Amino acid sequence: MPLARRRFDTLIIGAGGAGLNAALQLADSGLGVAVVSKVFPTRSHTVAAQGGVNAALANVLPDNWHWHMFDTVKGSDYLGDQDAIEFMCREAIPTVYELEHAGVPFSRLPDGRIYQRKFGGQSQNFGGEQAARTCAAADRTGHAILHALYQQNLRAKTHFFDEWFAINLLRDAEGVVLGALVIEIASGEPLIIEAKTTLLATGGCGQVFRTNSNAHINTGDGMAMALRIGVPLMDMEFFQFHPTGIAGKGMLISEGVRGEGGYLINKDGERFMDRYAPHARDLASRDVVSRSIMTEIKEGRGCGPRGDYMLLKVDHLGEEVVAKRLPGIRESSKIFAGVDPAHEPIPVFPTAHYSMGGIPTDRFGRVVVPERHGEETVPGLYAAGECACASVHGANRLGGNSLLDILVFGRLAGKDIREYVRENPYHRDLDDAVVQAAIAPLERWEQGGDGPGVAEVRAELQRTMEDHAGVFRTDEIMREGVDKLDALRDRLAAARLRDHSKAFNTARIQALELDNLYDVGRALAVSALHRQESRGAHSRPDYPERDDKQWMKHSLYFKAGDAMDYKPVRTKPLTVETFPPKPRVY
Amino acid sequence: MKFEIYRFHPEHDSKPRMQVYEVEIERGMMLRDALLAIQAKDETFTFRHSCGEGVCGSDGVNVNGVNMLACTTRVSDLKEPVQVRPLPGRPVIRDLVVDMSQFYKQYQSVDPWLQRNEPNPEREIRQSPEQRDKLDGLYECIMCACCSTSCPSFWWNPDKFLGPQALLTAARFVLDSRDQATEKRLDALEGPYKLFRCHTIMSCVEVCPKGLNPTRAIGHLKAMMLKDSV
Repeated sequence: MPLARRRFDTLIIGAGGAGLNAALQLADSGLGVAVVSKVFPTRSHTVAAQGGVNAALANVLPDNWHWHMFDTVKGSDYLGDQDAIEFMCREAIPTVYELEHAGVPFSRLPDGRIYQRKFGGQSQNFGGEQAARTCAAADRTGHAILHALYQQNLRAKTHFFDEWFAINLLRDAEGVVLGALVIEIASGEPLIIEAKTTLLATGGCGQVFRTNSNAHINTGDGMAMALRIGVPLMDMEFFQFHPTGIAGKGMLISEGVRGEGGYLINKDGERFMDRYAPHARDLASRDVVSRSIMTEIKEGRGCGPRGDYMLLKVDHLGEEVVAKRLPGIRESSKIFAGVDPAHEPIPVFPTAHYSMGGIPTDRFGRVVVPERHGEETVPGLYAAGECACASVHGANRLGGNSLLDILVFGRLAGKDIREYVRENPYHRDLDDAVVQAAIAPLERWEQGGDGPGVAEVRAELQRTMEDHAGVFRTDEIMREGVDKLDALRDRLAAARLRDHSKAFNTARIQALELDNLYDVGRALAVSALHRQESRGAHSRPDYPERDDKQWMKHSLYFKAGDAMDYKPVRTKPLTVETFPPKPRVY
Repeated sequence: MKFEIYRFHPEHDSKPRMQVYEVEIERGMMLRDALLAIQAKDETFTFRHSCGEGVCGSDGVNVNGVNMLACTTRVSDLKEPVQVRPLPGRPVIRDLVVDMSQFYKQYQSVDPWLQRNEPNPEREIRQSPEQRDKLDGLYECIMCACCSTSCPSFWWNPDKFLGPQALLTAARFVLDSRDQATEKRLDALEGPYKLFRCHTIMSCVEVCPKGLNPTRAIGHLKAMMLKDSV
């Protein structure tokens, strides 16, 4: 029986900040918008973003977008594309005002303007005094933004497919993307959604690591879908370990805690960041703070009976600041660490947090792939948010720039899609062969028989990634990791589902997610093995220096044959002078 | 530790049953961890969950008769055997997964978005910290449905009474100094059911995993409607 089909002007996969901000632009301009999300939209992981969104509003301290741009370029360890970064930092300002108008309940200053807090890696005047650039709704900024965007989409009558899972993109022989094959989780029924454009906004892939700050749903689905139609993933070796996850658990303790004046101490009660970053101290960039914590622990200055965590001290801020500015953190600390930060320090350890890499796009969210003399767009395909790589974060993302990234590029992708649909007003014919190719993963998991279970293989994958692609990476460690991944590929092929029923079969969804996790984990491990330098989050004791001569370039990983390619960093901004690479000290 | 879990599969079962599982408890284990441990052994068992830290609102379940989030509940705080059932009063799709559509419909029915008649300023709409404080305790809702599905008035009239969650949302906009549709919003709550079926039983307040107080929000709405009508 042929599969059911539905047609929309545009399809958006993922209902976090990027997907919903794009959807809002499009629905408000009268296009038929389908948003497919594997969870109810307000459960998307944007909801968990705590600290805030960066924009040089200058509400608290002097600021401008050009300083923001400098900090972001420096934070990226000079791997970010400076045209995209200039664009993001300029667009940040109208984007935040638009969100405020949409209803986001930002915290306020006495004069009624949006409250802004200090965050890591922020400076005034190109590396001078600390700036305060992060617009916050207490420590629940992501929640406040996601709910407001969902609410505005209800007004705009966006068509939601809640709890539908996207399996594969549909790409025809000419390379045009025509929509996606999706499955309704409640009924187990597949459906073809035909669309003139498809936006991947599926978020991150933190579940490739065992200890992570990510939600269960962050399985790199969009990244893996892109890989499967031949699109490479860019800069996947750059994965951020957030310095302050709750020790042993991984839940995030926002950088906002340090922005409000909290600081880290070792077992001697020493404020050790003074030694690693004398100027910025606890508000140095995340990669720097994570490495410092790992070094302290390795050198025997960790806290607790096993010496395996650091303490984040907050109590000196006083109960009132903690209650007013960090209520969510206080709640999480009580529940998961059993401490009230208003009175006791929080045990913390770096946690896998954020993928700087992703699906390569230009600054309008259009997916780009290498062609003989440069690069070309994939017609009909867009990507935005954590699954994409514009590239604004380069080798290390600054706190407060991820909400910014998803909102700016979601919004801009929406505007560009509007133009694309105007120029390409008709659906193209969708061939059965294209559909057949897309349905393969679904059919593969219908096989019966014995074999390893999905949960078991996923646990092995997560352990392998944690052990072999963590904060410190050497050739030997990573090579061993790739070998283990080779062996795991056979285990994955042998894995079987026990439950083949249709109704709300989350086991099937988890199996499809495992396929995605594997592909993305492999992209990360192979890209990391190839990069022989230390830059940003990619830290190699065997190549401890940044090597701008050889390696100031973006990695591109292709699924076919694990092939690597590279492309230059775009160092020319739109209107201002280039920031040339400099040693990165905080 | 012994768990009794509500099981129902629409393709195999004519009626639900309770299934017993033994789970080895680790220090600091949350109920969600225990449910995941069960799922790792028996992949036919399903429940919704995602963030694992009480912000996404996916894993509201009924535990020993009380609604709560699985991810923020320590198993060591629970009485054994731990009985886990789906949120009450909603149709069960499978195991602990309920059909939430009526709950979402009520949320949507209060037009839950900021409404303004004036053009937006070039910068932010000003709001004093005191005005902003009025939204605390309202905007943090995670839509887990623990409140509405523990409310007897919602059980009896889920299609007519909006339930604590939707009313909390209505209050969130009525009390936002930036919103300019107050009168329209209050008018829409008129009648014997939508708002006035709340009999201040306060189950919603007891179960809210975020410590919010829908009953107080409903009280605000009632007071404003009275003021509006005189």
